[in-house]
Amino acid sequence: MRLSRTTRIALGVVTALVLVVVYLPLAVVLVNSFSTSTALAWPPPGFTLEWWGRAFQSEGALDAVLTSVLVAIVSTAIALVLGTLVSFALQRFAFFGRDAISLLFILPIALPGIVTGIALNNFFRTIMGVPLSIWTVVIAHATFCIVTVFNNVIARLRRQGTSLEEASADLGAGVWTTFRLVTFPQLRGALLAGALLAFALSFDEIIVTTFTAGSGVTTLPIYILNNMFRPNQAPVVSVIAVVLVLVSIIPIAIAQKLGGDTKPGR
Amino acid sequence: MSDAVPAIRLRGLTKDFGSVTAVDHVDLEIAAGEFFSMLGPSGSGKTTVLRLIAGFEQPTEGVVELFGRDVSGKAPFDRDVNTVFQDYALFPHLSVLDNVGYGLRVRGVRKRERDERARAALASVRLDGLADRKPAQLSGGQRQRVALARATVVQPKALLLDEPLGALDLKLREQMQVELKQIQRDLGITFIFVTHDQEEALTLSDRVAVFHDGRIEQLGTPQELYEQPATKFVADFVGTSNLFDAERSSALLGRTGVHSIRPEKLVVAPADATAPTGDGERTAAGTVVETIYLGTGNRVVVDLDGGARVSVLEQNDRHRTFVDRRGERVLVVWHDADVVPLSSPLIE
Repeated sequence: MRLSRTTRIALGVVTALVLVVVYLPLAVVLVNSFSTSTALAWPPPGFTLEWWGRAFQSEGALDAVLTSVLVAIVSTAIALVLGTLVSFALQRFAFFGRDAISLLFILPIALPGIVTGIALNNFFRTIMGVPLSIWTVVIAHATFCIVTVFNNVIARLRRQGTSLEEASADLGAGVWTTFRLVTFPQLRGALLAGALLAFALSFDEIIVTTFTAGSGVTTLPIYILNNMFRPNQAPVVSVIAVVLVLVSIIPIAIAQKLGGDTKPGR
Repeated sequence: MSDAVPAIRLRGLTKDFGSVTAVDHVDLEIAAGEFFSMLGPSGSGKTTVLRLIAGFEQPTEGVVELFGRDVSGKAPFDRDVNTVFQDYALFPHLSVLDNVGYGLRVRGVRKRERDERARAALASVRLDGLADRKPAQLSGGQRQRVALARATVVQPKALLLDEPLGALDLKLREQMQVELKQIQRDLGITFIFVTHDQEEALTLSDRVAVFHDGRIEQLGTPQELYEQPATKFVADFVGTSNLFDAERSSALLGRTGVHSIRPEKLVVAPADATAPTGDGERTAAGTVVETIYLGTGNRVVVDLDGGARVSVLEQNDRHRTFVDRRGERVLVVWHDADVVPLSSPLIE
């Protein structure tokens, strides 16, 4: 498409503005993590590496990172298994209510986190009588992590059809052998993309986490929120925020790269 | 057919998809070692019959027997038949060698023997040099041959081919037809070949079943199908035919019922030619409306005075070359023996 010079300049300016609005605050956080001011004063009065050093020695912060990683890994693992099974059930079999069930599985990602949070909190404590713990967080996260796996896998299954599996069965392979040698290798890209997105979603989730975490369970986002307004902690929080951004970018970037044939989607 | 157990026997085979009956009470026996084609337009049920034999579909009714054994309820991996798929269905993540060796791998054949046999199978389809490639790096014709090697390396008792040449261009298709025939002779196993290309079916097969609306319309050798089509559908689908409905048959041919004559059985003679003397020779006067040059011959379209339009195929040989004869008055000559009576739709 050919655009006039004026149009190109106008579009360029708008694009630049949007990017600035999105990324400038992130840049400010990055700069603040090296600032000598403890109150996030602007412009930063001086440069220091003190906060980075302190952040990596802070037991609370490291604990929070470990908790978040654990929650993200376990809920992603649950999502991988359940999301794949659901995708197969909904793609390969026709049954009454299939579309409704499909919608029910995608819904958790669209529902406001606060609703999911309150509902699960109520469900765990009042109905099930289960005390909140790290595992209630894992289960809560798994509900929306399933969606990313489900979306990626079902898109792949739709595109792929069943002829490869028929060929495998035709050549003498049983159901499990076919899954191991043909279906799974075909799904690997979709599973990886779905898992990375699920991990990223879980890692920075805060609302549902707040409602489902037991006392003493502090994920990284909760740690940040708790420390944000404490005197002298703000720069440390900035450091953690920068780390969080980096950790979140990596899986998304990998998922994008894999997106060549498996478009990651939520 | 001999007393030997047929390679494949279908009895009352029926398959419904919802309210649509794709295959309607098909009975069929295919002998061991036969090159058998199932010919028909799309939607005629031929591919569904193939998938029922392979086990990808379960029949609504009826029985599939392989060498006398009822396999109707068995899964594809419990049947001694293999399929060459229309889209080849090669495993994209495996090399050509591993694709061909797949059937051996799932049977627990050790890697060394498996690779050896896969290489031999690849050599038999002249693909020795491409063992390490991925399917995506092959041309259509090469993929086709990998699919063939993959299906035959496990030594099936019958090979099912679902329009295997459909995706190839004309030259390659003709070349693969010859190769298929040779491979079938070398292996000595039953080939069941699904196609909508009547020429392909006639060229390759020992016998052909013509499918129409989920039923076998006619079953016979290529020669029988071509020379004595039983129905209007077969006469029209296999080759081209001049069809005469009941009214025109009685007017032109002096016969009752529906009839057909092949274009090459008709001769165009000058209008002043002497009346035929030979036994059973008949003529009708008409006007040439179109002449088309076909290379080896010419197609002459004549409007007969009786009202029918016929197509005549004449060979270009030493004595004849193409002449545009549009508008010319001619006599169309044929022999009574070449008129084929067709079962009329009312009798069916």
